[in-house]
Amino acid sequence: MFRSALTRSSLRACASQMGETGKRAMSSGSITVPFSREYDTHKLPFEMPKEAVTNKEELLGYFKLMYTMRRMEITCDTEYKARAIRGFCHLYDGQEAVAMGVEAAFDQKDSWITSYRCHCISLLRGGTVESIFAELLGYSEGVSHGKGGSMHMYSKKHNFYGGQGIVGAQVPVGVGLSFAAKYATPPGEKTPVAIAMYGDGAANQGQIWEGANMASLWKLPMIFCIENNQYGMGTSKERSSSNNKYYTMGNHIPGVRMDGMNVLMVREGMKAAKEWCSTGNGPIYVESDTYRYHGHSMSDPGTTYRNRDEIASMRTARDPIEYVKNLLVQHNLADPQELKNIEKDIRKEVQDALKAAKNGSIPKFEELYKDIYIGGEDNSKIVYPAYIRMPDRAKSIGSIYERGVSGM
Amino acid sequence: MPDCHESYIVNSQSCRPDLLTILNSAAGLNHSLLLSLTANLCRFTAINSAMRVALQTDPTATVFGEDVAFGGVFRCSVGLKEEFGASRVFNTPLSEQGIAGFAIGYAAMGGTAIAEMQFADYIFPAMDQLVNEAAKYRYRSGNEFNCGGLTIRAPCGAVGHGGHYHSQSPEAYFAHTPGLKVVMPRDAREAKGLLLASIRDPDPVIFLEPKALYRTSVEDVPDGDYEVPLGVAQVLRAGADVTVVGWGAQLRVLAEGCDMARARDGISCELIDLRTVLPWDAATVAASVRKTGRLVVSHEAPRTCGFAAEVAADLQERCFLHLQAPVARVCGYDTPFPLVFERHYAPDALKVYEAIKKAVNY
Repeated sequence: MFRSALTRSSLRACASQMGETGKRAMSSGSITVPFSREYDTHKLPFEMPKEAVTNKEELLGYFKLMYTMRRMEITCDTEYKARAIRGFCHLYDGQEAVAMGVEAAFDQKDSWITSYRCHCISLLRGGTVESIFAELLGYSEGVSHGKGGSMHMYSKKHNFYGGQGIVGAQVPVGVGLSFAAKYATPPGEKTPVAIAMYGDGAANQGQIWEGANMASLWKLPMIFCIENNQYGMGTSKERSSSNNKYYTMGNHIPGVRMDGMNVLMVREGMKAAKEWCSTGNGPIYVESDTYRYHGHSMSDPGTTYRNRDEIASMRTARDPIEYVKNLLVQHNLADPQELKNIEKDIRKEVQDALKAAKNGSIPKFEELYKDIYIGGEDNSKIVYPAYIRMPDRAKSIGSIYERGVSGM
Repeated sequence: MPDCHESYIVNSQSCRPDLLTILNSAAGLNHSLLLSLTANLCRFTAINSAMRVALQTDPTATVFGEDVAFGGVFRCSVGLKEEFGASRVFNTPLSEQGIAGFAIGYAAMGGTAIAEMQFADYIFPAMDQLVNEAAKYRYRSGNEFNCGGLTIRAPCGAVGHGGHYHSQSPEAYFAHTPGLKVVMPRDAREAKGLLLASIRDPDPVIFLEPKALYRTSVEDVPDGDYEVPLGVAQVLRAGADVTVVGWGAQLRVLAEGCDMARARDGISCELIDLRTVLPWDAATVAASVRKTGRLVVSHEAPRTCGFAAEVAADLQERCFLHLQAPVARVCGYDTPFPLVFERHYAPDALKVYEAIKKAVNY
């Protein structure tokens, strides 16, 4: 039997933080939203929708979560500049609709793996604002117990295989996840899918082709999701990639491109992708055309390779949160004051979460050498390295002269 | 790549006798040895037997790699696809980095991945996946995830005619990576038990199979399910004058060197097989060195930053006042693995004998 995540009980969908808002459609008061832009497709053997049906409850749910993401990331920026958060930190503001749309289309049996830009995916998959801040601050209350930091957040319970620090490396790992999903599904049943998210900058990593070939060869339920935020670090896609139509990069693998600033378009696109993959057709490439407001990381001001006008015009014309707010107001599903009040509440919640996170505790010293190896009868015993000199010598682990198995 | 593999899968039926003679002379082997090698390659080997047991006892176990469904270039997986089906034993593209990542993902979801790198020399494109993804998955996620179900098998070491890219022993690169385990068996019996232990170990393991061991007759290998524990060295011969340490196929060379020392000079050698390179059993080696006062460490890989350097440094810390001679290393030279000068490059029995004698006479 599978030892861990593949057990039937853990595969059962875990109630998501977003509640049921993403899945409950067609309730009373539903509205139909036509897409202002069409899906671009590549060798896609089915039609993509031209509109989405939604309702107040769903839209409010998306708005609240996306605004929480936005405030969380902006708070990270402040805290980073205040030197409370150290190390590497890559922010997701601007791209919220992509993660939100994926989660709205998925169920939590579907496994998800992404790059280092992972805070907001963690929020959708098991993390809380407080536990994410705690992780960034390096406290043991963090989603990865303070051992991962910004780039490494995970949740086994929610099938989130985490943020990976190496550009593109998550993609073949994601293919392995999709293989495990297929392996565990009885023939004839729909398989859960796996999604690996990576950026336009990663899209030309050789190992992505290796993974894509395997996924196609073995018809694995794998979604290659390119979050095209227009810049691979400081290099625009035109300067880095001979093919800017990332959704065509799978060659014979079907692909689709959508407006990654439109949560409904992402949701519908991902629903179609999931249906295609989970019914034995193999993988699909999905490109989300999106934009990041911040620089690549906190060490990149994000203004040397693009101008402020570009960022400002993107905020005015295509902001993913404003889009949802406008829908709510235009369809008389909410009035502007109601939305303002929600924003105010969320700002306070995020600040409260930050305060709570700052009361976290520094991980114990033993975390330094825990989780490298395990052993013992039931593989639950921590195996320690041979010798660790602690600040208090008497508390040092092992002895240089008496240690047994070296390196342990 | 594929054309390089073919010299290993020739068998006596398909190979003309004159070609066999040429191969023999190139390999520096006698004729009967090569014939017996090819005969055995077509039968069930120790590695094959271990993987069969793993597939029988663990329904999540899968075996994959380049050409493994056809039996693999060394015939290690022969018959497994037929027995367990193409969904559990399958060929992959020639994509080492992809294979490693794929295997890590499968293991992260709780599966048992037994992935083959066709030659250890081809493992380097997968270095990032193994060092950054596999080794650190448990640590960076605070034990939320791991890929303990991952075992990477890779044939390594010299066979007499492998040249630059079919002869290397990369154990030291991986021994520098906390989170991985590195195992290299010395013979077929050990290989089966160590491979089963590696497959079932809760941490990712790089299992390096000296190609020379594929020649060992399968009749030596017990049937059924048994494990040889990882991280535990074995004293193969007790001795009083000098401790001789190695791992993998080098043990055969070391035994020969020890025999020479005994026959010619009456030197009594204590011979130790490390079996697991990471984590290595320093205590067993230290206990021996405290008794003999001398240490010779040997491996095929180049000398500088080879794993013998770690053994030597560690042992002088542990046993400084017991040592009666400098720790000696008998290793490959700091050159690429040579094609034409393999016999000069190899840390052979004569070099081992010389080091033993020098240590004793220091």
